[in-house]
Amino acid sequence: MLAEQAQVRTSESDPRRKVGRDIFHSRFSAEPHAVRGALRASVARFARQISPEEAGALELVLAEVLNNIVEHSYAGGSDGVISLSIVRDLSGLSCAVSDDGIPLPEGCLAPPCLPSAAVATAQLPEGGFGWYLIHDLTQDLGYRRDGGQNLLAFRLPIGVPESR
Amino acid sequence: MKLSAEASEGALVVRLGEARLDAAIAIQFKDRMREILLQPSPRVVLDLSGVDFLDSSGLGAIVSVMKGLSPGRKLELRGLTPNVEKVFRLTRMDSVFAIQPSAHQGGLRDAG
Repeated sequence: MLAEQAQVRTSESDPRRKVGRDIFHSRFSAEPHAVRGALRASVARFARQISPEEAGALELVLAEVLNNIVEHSYAGGSDGVISLSIVRDLSGLSCAVSDDGIPLPEGCLAPPCLPSAAVATAQLPEGGFGWYLIHDLTQDLGYRRDGGQNLLAFRLPIGVPESR
Repeated sequence: MKLSAEASEGALVVRLGEARLDAAIAIQFKDRMREILLQPSPRVVLDLSGVDFLDSSGLGAIVSVMKGLSPGRKLELRGLTPNVEKVFRLTRMDSVFAIQPSAHQGGLRDAG
C-alpha cells in the first residue's frame, strides 16, 4: 500500500511532483530504548523538510503513541514488535503504527478532556496527558483492529510545501 | 541519570543533565528527585535547560515530584526549551508551576 502510494503518477504541472515521496518505515522492539531509537531515526528522516518546532511536534506525537503501545498494548512485556510507517505527501506527514498487543480500549479515540489543572496540588493529574496531546496535534486519527493487530493512523499537518 | 543539586541563592537548584525526560527515565527521575529533596530547602528550582524533549511520562514525573513536596515547599522550573515549554502550555500545566521566563521566550510568553 505504501509502495503504491509512492508510485502515484503525476503530470508535469501537478504541484505534487515537487514533493519528494518521502517514506520512513521501521520495525523495532516495544521497549523504551528501542522507541527512542525509532523516534530519533524518524525525526532525522524528515528534518530537512520540517521546522524544528514541527520536528518537536512529530517526535512528541510519535512518542506518546509508541509509549502507549509499550506500556499498555504490550503491558511492558519484552517481546513485542512495533511497526511504524510515515509518508510525506501534500497534506503533511501520514503516519501508520501497528502492533500485535491487546486491543486499544474503547474511549481512547474519543476526543479526551484535558485533566483539570485547576485543582489542589494533591489532586493534580500525573497522567492522562498522552491521548490529549495526540488528539491535539494530529488530524484524521483512526483505529482498526484487524487480524490480532492494532492499526493506528493519523496525520500531522506539517512539512506541507505550500505552507512553507 | 545525570541529576545534580546545589544550594544557590537560598534555593536548592536541581539540574537535569539529560537531553530527554521521557518514558525511558521517568520513574528513575522521580526516585532520584525524592532522594535529592530530602535536603531541606523551602525553595526548589528544577533547571531543565539541558532538556530538549519532554513527553507526557516526563511531565507526569515532574507533577508527581511537586505533589510529593511537603506543604510550604515550592517547586519552580527554569530554563524551559521550546519543545518542553510547548508540552507545559498544551497541557495547561504552565498554570500550575512557577516557571521562570527563558531567554528565548522574551516577552512573548502570552503570545500563544
